[in-house]
Amino acid sequence: MNIKLKIWRQPNAKSKGRFETYSLTDVSSDMSFLEMLDYLNNNLIREGKEPVAFEHDCREGICGSCGIYINGRAHGPQHRTTTCELRMREFKDGNTITVEPWRAAAFPVIKDLIVDRSPLDKIMQSGGFVTINAGAAQDANSILVNKKNADEAFDSASCIGCGACVAACKNSSAMLFIASKITHLAQFPQGQVETHQRVKAMVAKMDELGFGGCTNTRACEAECPKGISISNIAKLNREFFVAKLKE
Amino acid sequence: MNGIFSSSIGKKLIMSISGLFLMVFLLVHLTVNLMLLVGNGEVFNQAAHFMATNPAIKIIEPVLAIGFIIHILYASIITLQNRKTRPIGYSKTSSNGVTSWASKNMYILGGTVLVFLVIHITNFYWKLKFGEVPSISVNNGLTQIDDTYSLVSGLFISYWWFDLIYVVGAIMLGFHLSHGFWSAFQTIGWNNKIWIKRLEVIAYIYAIIIAVGFSIIPLYFLILK
Amino acid sequence: MNKLNSKIPEGPLADKWTKHKASLKLINPANKAKLDVIVVGTGLAGSSSASTLGELGYNVKVFCYQDSPRRAHSVAAQGGINAAKNYKNDNDSVYRLFYDMIKGGDFRAREANVYRAAEVSNLVIDHYTALGVPFARDYGGTIDNRSFGGVQVSRTFYAKGQTGQQCLIGAYSALTRQIEAGTVTMYPRREMLDLVIVDGKARGIITRNLVTGEIERHSAHAVVLATGGYGTIYYLSTLALNSNASAAWKAHKKGALFANPSFVQIHPTSIPVMNSYQSKLTLMSESLRNDGRVWVPKQAKDPRKPNDIPEEERDYYLERRYPAFGNLVPRDVASRAAKERCDAGFGVGSTGLSVYLDFRDAIKKKGKKAIENSYGNLFDMYEKISGESPYETPMRIYPAGHYTMGGLWVDYNLMTTIPGLFAVGEANFSDHGANRLGASSLMQCSGDGYFILPYTITDYLADDIKTPRIQTTIPEFERTEKEVKERIDKLLGINGQETATSFHKRLGKIMWDYCGMVRNEEGLKKALVMIKELEEEFWKNLKVTGTGDELNQELEKAGRVADFFELSKLLCIDALNRKESCGAHFREESQTETGEAKRDDENFSFVAAWEYKGEGQEPELHKEELKFEFVKLAERSYK
Repeated sequence: MNIKLKIWRQPNAKSKGRFETYSLTDVSSDMSFLEMLDYLNNNLIREGKEPVAFEHDCREGICGSCGIYINGRAHGPQHRTTTCELRMREFKDGNTITVEPWRAAAFPVIKDLIVDRSPLDKIMQSGGFVTINAGAAQDANSILVNKKNADEAFDSASCIGCGACVAACKNSSAMLFIASKITHLAQFPQGQVETHQRVKAMVAKMDELGFGGCTNTRACEAECPKGISISNIAKLNREFFVAKLKE
Repeated sequence: MNGIFSSSIGKKLIMSISGLFLMVFLLVHLTVNLMLLVGNGEVFNQAAHFMATNPAIKIIEPVLAIGFIIHILYASIITLQNRKTRPIGYSKTSSNGVTSWASKNMYILGGTVLVFLVIHITNFYWKLKFGEVPSISVNNGLTQIDDTYSLVSGLFISYWWFDLIYVVGAIMLGFHLSHGFWSAFQTIGWNNKIWIKRLEVIAYIYAIIIAVGFSIIPLYFLILK
Repeated sequence: MNKLNSKIPEGPLADKWTKHKASLKLINPANKAKLDVIVVGTGLAGSSSASTLGELGYNVKVFCYQDSPRRAHSVAAQGGINAAKNYKNDNDSVYRLFYDMIKGGDFRAREANVYRAAEVSNLVIDHYTALGVPFARDYGGTIDNRSFGGVQVSRTFYAKGQTGQQCLIGAYSALTRQIEAGTVTMYPRREMLDLVIVDGKARGIITRNLVTGEIERHSAHAVVLATGGYGTIYYLSTLALNSNASAAWKAHKKGALFANPSFVQIHPTSIPVMNSYQSKLTLMSESLRNDGRVWVPKQAKDPRKPNDIPEEERDYYLERRYPAFGNLVPRDVASRAAKERCDAGFGVGSTGLSVYLDFRDAIKKKGKKAIENSYGNLFDMYEKISGESPYETPMRIYPAGHYTMGGLWVDYNLMTTIPGLFAVGEANFSDHGANRLGASSLMQCSGDGYFILPYTITDYLADDIKTPRIQTTIPEFERTEKEVKERIDKLLGINGQETATSFHKRLGKIMWDYCGMVRNEEGLKKALVMIKELEEEFWKNLKVTGTGDELNQELEKAGRVADFFELSKLLCIDALNRKESCGAHFREESQTETGEAKRDDENFSFVAAWEYKGEGQEPELHKEELKFEFVKLAERSYK
């Protein structure tokens, strides 16, 4: 198939970017979206041009490195799919595909399609953990967890930190990201102990780092490649109010 | 409680609680208004008189006004703050199949409803409070009460474009509520994977009741009178 | 003098680690803060090492090439993590876990190390659980275990198919706690480009800031490499695309011996190559072979669709060759058998490099629902990638490079032959012998980082408490930085025609064809010639766009491929040297009459540790004899 690509090009954080258009012929429908970009880059390098920089690593949908806004959607048109899992068969011959980086004040562009997502790490640092040193744990089976809670914790913990929730949210809110961590750890007795400090610290950090608030548009859960539900956000809100009330 | 309302979630809590309060008001308001459709106005005039003279309502009236003001004020603060989070927008956006149109346009919908609210207050509330309204005697001529019914029916029968404004206002309000209703519960944390579907259904039912209920009144006078 | 002192303690197997720990030196808490430790890599081994050293009070600096430590490739491990908890009361024990690993590794690992890995496995599970890792649970609230990789006990802890991710997020969260506490400084988007040696000791590293291109100097009293394996040497593999061997290779060139480089595990069930632009082979869990039947058509290049080929014209070659184990033969056997069929021209798909894994009979027998319950998510994943539904048409699979048992040689203290340079996780060679069993890699890297390295590195650092902070202005740093810059300039200056990826693909093909699942002397010698030719071409015709002073992914790739050229030669040399078949290493010259692997314990019961002797020089082999005091060497047979 033949396609046209409208790709955001920006040499570095300081420069102004703009869209460039490229035509690509003989694209195989079996290619992943990133392999299509590899193919484009191969052509560009041979022509002596700068290849398009984009972030990627595992290419099997688990590391969370890749993240591109494709045709107006975070990670492209397919639900529950990361950019690397997206295949070219989702597009039609002759299509023009618009390719943009994640857009958020908290995620400045570093180069082309690569953005700085380190604020998500900073939120995690503020409290997304259980305080315990190696060696201090008791036997694993001495902490009993109801199976339902364990399963729910797993669903929340499947977040890969790709930032699609922020990219898709009209407010660039990181609420789903935080909510998944809060919910995950709140399901366990060992996570419950510091749940109030955790939720307050993480929300405060999110607000401080320039993410927006949640207005419940559900765009985050629609674009989350792991299908994390906004019911996590309801739980986060609950935990937050309880934490504040108990102050 | 330290700084709860300066946090993003706290601000949403204010939106949520004020919104829930306003939604209760809307139900009461609609119930009273639907009496316009009963008989020749006596029932409605009695109800309106009750609402205007009841001491409890006197207390709630300013609370209601504050509710509106807070809801509008915080909506503006939140919207302005959220707009700053994406200095460079996307050149292309597509539907994700989940996000409702209303949820993305709550501020615009709210603004439209506010415009309508101003018109509505000028039309009725202002006149009743500060203007000249013909009175009518009830209770075998023992009591004189405002003839609110004539005020309403007069407006709706005489000016078709007011009917249109009221219907449009009701529909906008309905859209606003279709998101606002379940969103309020989500924000206060009363939601989970099962309730999210239920709340959405209830939200739609509530929104339709409000939108249709308030639309019926001008249409009733326009068509039947 | 033999360079290799493995420092394995004397005494009974079960007491070795306990006794050894008691003999290790300690450092008082106030002194720890004066000691700097560099950790390179943030997978399970790196994150666990760094957070634990931070908790102990050391001043830790951690480096990763990703934008966040949470993305290291441990995240992609699927199946599970082993521990000898005996929660299932199936008579499991530390000894049994040890024995399974030693035997699974085809008796090419150290007894003492393997026993210790099994011993600390239980602590690892306790710690992950405490960190909030959502292991699967039973209705009573206890943790569930499953059997994995053909062992007879259920000792595998799992979190659906995402055990690696869940463990890594746990380890990462502990790391972030230390970053917040200030004991750990995180340097993301940095690539280690060389090791700095001062007076014979590892004292720092040179990194490139991948965003600005700046070459940076970082010093420490000790350096820990947790940089994973080198499976991407085949270009196509189940590894993350940016996984590379450069850090370990640079350490090797600076004096660290490299052990058993040719021990590479090839996983039999990966989604095959679909087109020439393919960048990655996605793993399909081994468990699929419990119900799927592997076959190829009896007629070579049969043009018919698989469902149109009648039963009698199908060759269920695993069932034919291994009637006792059938489709459940171990990874290395299944991989080689698939390769044999495809090489003989019976492979299917447009490339002819895949075999069918058919669920038709299982669906008929158990019903679609049952199959969906067992493998639903895998089937969906397959359909997403291939566009075909395994419910209707057989899956196509092919082996793929997966895990490297070989790595930097380390002693019992996990220290390489360079004093002060430690290697943990997949980056070292120590625990898996010639073949790794399922679910034991997560166990080993976590054990190394949480419960072994923190003790042994303290012992090393105890002699350094009077050494002041290492200055990065000393000539050793200057010299190494200059070398790094010169090499970058060299890569940028070639200005040829071909991309680094294209060279990588070509190198990968040579390695896959001649140093992959099956090796022989002729092929390996041929490969060495071909690699040298290709390497020369690389240095003449490489094209790297852009400059060194910016984010430049082409430059990153070029540097890694250049190192792969050097490492690939060592792989071939090691494979040539080991004239026996053992575990994942199969030499055609060493097989039984029926085509099975034949080990040669008399001549090859050793660890082959290679020393770098300079550019263009043959590496020197150092042998560490493997002594088996506690187990009896046995033969693996699956007929």
